[in-house]
Amino acid sequence: MSSAASPSTTLDFPHRHLLGIEGLKAPEIEGLLDLAEDAAKSIRRPGEVRTDLRGRTLINLFFENSTRTQSSFEFAAKRLGADVMNMSIPTSSVQKGETLIDTAVTLNAMWPDLLVVRHQAAGAVELLSQKVDCSVINAGDGAHEHPTQALLDALTIRRHKGRISRLIVALCGDILHSRVARSNILLLNTMGARVRVIGPSTLLGSAIHKLGVEVYTSMEEGLADATWS
Amino acid sequence: MPIDDPALRPGETPDRIAFVNARLIDPATGLDEQGGVLIANGEIADTGRHIHGEAGGDAAVIDCGGHVLAPGLIDMMVFTGEPGHEHRGTLADASRAAAAGGVTSILSMPDTDPVIDDVALVDFILRRARDTGAVNVHPLAALTKGLRGEEMTEIGLMKAAGAIAATNGKRSLANAKVMRNALAYAKDFDILVMHAVEEPALAEGGVMNSGEVSMRLGLKGIPSAAEAIMLERDIRLVEMTGARYHAAEISCRASLEIVRAAKEKGLPVTCGVSINHLALNENDIGPYRTFFKMRPPLRAEDDRQAMVEGLASGDIDVIVSAHDPQDADVKRHPFADAAYGAVGLETMLAVALRLHHNEEVALTTLLRAMTANPAGILGLEAGRLAIGAPADLVLIDLDTPWVVDPEALHSKSKNTPFDQARLQGRPLATLVAGRVVYNYAESAPGEV
Repeated sequence: MSSAASPSTTLDFPHRHLLGIEGLKAPEIEGLLDLAEDAAKSIRRPGEVRTDLRGRTLINLFFENSTRTQSSFEFAAKRLGADVMNMSIPTSSVQKGETLIDTAVTLNAMWPDLLVVRHQAAGAVELLSQKVDCSVINAGDGAHEHPTQALLDALTIRRHKGRISRLIVALCGDILHSRVARSNILLLNTMGARVRVIGPSTLLGSAIHKLGVEVYTSMEEGLADATWS
Repeated sequence: MPIDDPALRPGETPDRIAFVNARLIDPATGLDEQGGVLIANGEIADTGRHIHGEAGGDAAVIDCGGHVLAPGLIDMMVFTGEPGHEHRGTLADASRAAAAGGVTSILSMPDTDPVIDDVALVDFILRRARDTGAVNVHPLAALTKGLRGEEMTEIGLMKAAGAIAATNGKRSLANAKVMRNALAYAKDFDILVMHAVEEPALAEGGVMNSGEVSMRLGLKGIPSAAEAIMLERDIRLVEMTGARYHAAEISCRASLEIVRAAKEKGLPVTCGVSINHLALNENDIGPYRTFFKMRPPLRAEDDRQAMVEGLASGDIDVIVSAHDPQDADVKRHPFADAAYGAVGLETMLAVALRLHHNEEVALTTLLRAMTANPAGILGLEAGRLAIGAPADLVLIDLDTPWVVDPEALHSKSKNTPFDQARLQGRPLATLVAGRVVYNYAESAPGEV
């Protein structure tokens, strides 16, 4: 079992995969954000070449169409020195009888170091991770999780507000069908923010309050005392 | 301890055989006492305290070592792949699994390809069961053609051909007018209607129970109200028609309350629960484990407790295995895409015994829900320890612990949610019409 990345900053991250925010501890998230901050700075310095992922192969495996996420992963990996291959697998070939597991076994035979996977079914990335020997990053699985988006949002918040803990953060819109919202809620709660969700109850889900959020169906009320402190 | 006796070898059972030194449990009468059973010509010839070593005359004598001897179990819900999907399971392997689970009668569901919706197909099941099966197989007739819920089948003719009851299989009959007509005809022919209860529009797209777990997993939920609404509707239609009605599987507290109220009104309503909904809840799905994907879905822990309470109080009449073989190819998918269903014939009794060991449900009550109650609902002679009844029996070791190994199951498909489960108690031997169809000592040589 090899760690896919060899970061220049020391990071205590005892996980082989990044399948979701669930299960991550606050110092681990903080460490990832520090690392991202460091990388973000270095790409702004002309001529600086990072070698964190030199000699590593990353496969972008997208079962669901995406332009932004896929190119972000490709760009980031190349900036870190990795070799990148993009694979878009249309749903039709899956319907022809090739299962997710068949695909995983085939790709595994190519010995990649990292698989970045997006799939329309919740849990699909976790299932795939059980069948391969490399590290897997979840780039979105159904309505379940989208951990890298949540990390990016957290970095943005931290850059603008200096911290995450004790902030009141409101998520507005369709929460029920949103994997990003789930990952955001998990991350923000772990980091000690107060999380609100605002939306019509049909798009919040009847069990949303069990996720440790304050629930509002009125935008006015939800934003009432969410101050820019 | 397995009983290794030549008279207990499958295929070599003597015509007269006496089981002595047993703990006799007859849930039909509440009897629970030491004694024996004398079997002659496939029937129970005598039973009671006075059957001991010498009582049977020339009969072969089996010392049961104090183990429980009870009527063989009757399972009202068994899916097989025959005809149409034999790679998943056949009547033959379902019946071997049944025998190994102490089940002596199974009701075969009509959800096959083709659907069991005419007389010739009822006859096909009966002939295949006779030629390949080891236990009693009672075919269920489809209530509508192709189970499509549109056009009724000829249930009267299918009853005459040997169908034991009518059902729309896994699918709820959404059209209330069709259901009303079906119940009215069922009343005329005195046919039991067994119905899956789920309001389809409310459940559409759902793959597990609606609640906190589905929210966390990002899976579309099936609210328990979908079950309650369909059950309420059905009970109104039973009031209109007077037909005998059996809710095939209930899974939530709301349904239990509805059934209880219907019974208090004196309506001819009964209901079943699957062993899965007595033993498991939605949390068992964990990280998208598809062997726990079922329909009705595994519910919240409070619902599971309601099922146990309902069983203990007698409001829930029947435990079924809901045995539904699915091969790995349709289970090894992301949760939403995987097939529903779990095998259960072989583990139903042992899993049910958990409720006895935990002192949640009395042993006699548990066994009644798998013997006398289904027999009463279906009008079967089996399911009791009465003189003249068919000698369908199960000898049960209540206490020996074991671990479920899916590969050791007799079922062709191994999709059990009880993989590696620690269970206590198991069938030692199973007899159908006085013939040994399963003996644990034979099936697991060297294992004690």
